[in-house]
Amino acid sequence: MTDNTRVPSRLVGEDTPQLTPLVRSAFTSLWSPVNGFLEWFGDLGIFASQVIRAAARRPFEGRELIRQLDDIGSKSLPLVALAGSAVGAVLALESRSSLLRFGAKSMLPAAIVYSVVHEMGPVVTGLVVSGRVGAGIGAELGSMKVTEQIDAIEASGVNPYKLLAFTRILACILMLPLLTLAADFCGVAAGWIADTLVDPISFQKFLHSGFGGTSFSDFLAPTFRTAVFGLIIGTIACFQGMRSQGGTQGVGRSATSSVVLASLFVILADVILVKLILVFFP
Amino acid sequence: MMHANPDVTMRATETGDNHAMKDPERDSAGAAMVLQGLHKSYGAQTVLNGIDLTVSKGETLVVLGRSGTGKSVLLKLIIGLQKPDSGSIRVHGEEITSANMEAVNKIRKTMGFLFQHAALYDSLSVEENVAFPLRRHTTMSAAQRGDRVQELLAGVGMERELKKMPSDISGGMQKRVGLARAMALEPGILLLDEPTAGLDPITSREIDELILKLQEERDVASIVVTHDLLSAKLIADRIVLLHQGNAVMEGTFDELARSDDKFVAEFFKRDS
Repeated sequence: MTDNTRVPSRLVGEDTPQLTPLVRSAFTSLWSPVNGFLEWFGDLGIFASQVIRAAARRPFEGRELIRQLDDIGSKSLPLVALAGSAVGAVLALESRSSLLRFGAKSMLPAAIVYSVVHEMGPVVTGLVVSGRVGAGIGAELGSMKVTEQIDAIEASGVNPYKLLAFTRILACILMLPLLTLAADFCGVAAGWIADTLVDPISFQKFLHSGFGGTSFSDFLAPTFRTAVFGLIIGTIACFQGMRSQGGTQGVGRSATSSVVLASLFVILADVILVKLILVFFP
Repeated sequence: MMHANPDVTMRATETGDNHAMKDPERDSAGAAMVLQGLHKSYGAQTVLNGIDLTVSKGETLVVLGRSGTGKSVLLKLIIGLQKPDSGSIRVHGEEITSANMEAVNKIRKTMGFLFQHAALYDSLSVEENVAFPLRRHTTMSAAQRGDRVQELLAGVGMERELKKMPSDISGGMQKRVGLARAMALEPGILLLDEPTAGLDPITSREIDELILKLQEERDVASIVVTHDLLSAKLIADRIVLLHQGNAVMEGTFDELARSDDKFVAEFFKRDS
């Protein structure tokens, strides 16, 4: 029983001695997860400060960064493109009947482009990368931690926060917007294919209709908010991996928690960023 | 030369076997490493309770003790992977417990560490593992680095396994590669955590001979943590026995083996 869960003595009357353990138990069960959450955030803050401090010093690990850009970026491309295509095609199929009902069939290209570029493309990319890259980083670093490879890196005079964490986080930040552009393109293209199979329309006309009345800045903020998703995914996955303990089970837990927490925080960040974008780019 | 658990120290003193307990200040001149008053606890569990040790240049100190007595923790404190709760660690005269990260990394380059399970980087080949510290800390050209890696791996009999991945070689081979990697920067100090654990007697003997060869050829100061008494007998200049967080006895293998202290006798009667 910690001090935090102590019940003030004045709350516990002499005539109700049986209540004390019950109240204490209730306090404990309520406090324990809150305490764990605060502790996790504290550790994450310390981890982030170590990464930032390490990042400011030479060498800048260009070779490892390029390897991570390839691993996180180009190797995620097929999955992201497929997910983007599926979203675009489903949007076209689902929206068609609704728009037809309101006599607004001509709005279908604009609806697909707007939905994909503004919301579906960035979020789907964030979640797909959370799954693929989050699990990969969590498991890789977790495995390195439990087999003392991270200790070996540190013992050889190399900063693991820079070599392992900073390079992965930066690669996530740089690649997420590019992957989002790919997902957007595939989503719009798949939307056009789904639309044109029912009611043929040229791709040029579809794009003209879809992007008509929008400006470049309309797409800038939604696309670049995925850089924040990249920061979240990279940081959480590296953090969970590098604090892994307990053998192979611990590695599994790190991989799972990386995906769950990264996905959760990507969704939360999306809500906050959408609100901010609406405020600053009305 | 140690802060000892009073009970056990008394037993050691009574037997007259604590002859090797020296004044660390007296020995620190020219020492490769001086540890004074090291304390380390994890929660309520005290792992090291005031350890004093001095290791001279070219000396091999073997640390013995039961599992969980803080032998591996001692090595991790020396290399700076963990911080002691209190106490001083001076490596080549430089205090590392209060040094900043850059200074610690500079000192780390003068030490080689062999982990219990070798801790080879599993995404790198044998060659790349040994080249890792060279690539990071030297200005060698690729050709020079290749020659140096060949030389190091030849020294441990692994020159034919250059392109293999760590998962494709045996535990003994991994230890040899780990030893070659630890020696890559020609360190003045070697820290070896159970170099023969889990190996067959022939491979253990080969690893011991490698350590002796390095000691003779390069005059490195080594701290070797082991449970292997045969290995300790072969390689140790001096042995320190840890018990309940204290260094309870120190001396040569024969001196400790002759001790009639109950704990020491129990420890040495197996295998020796």
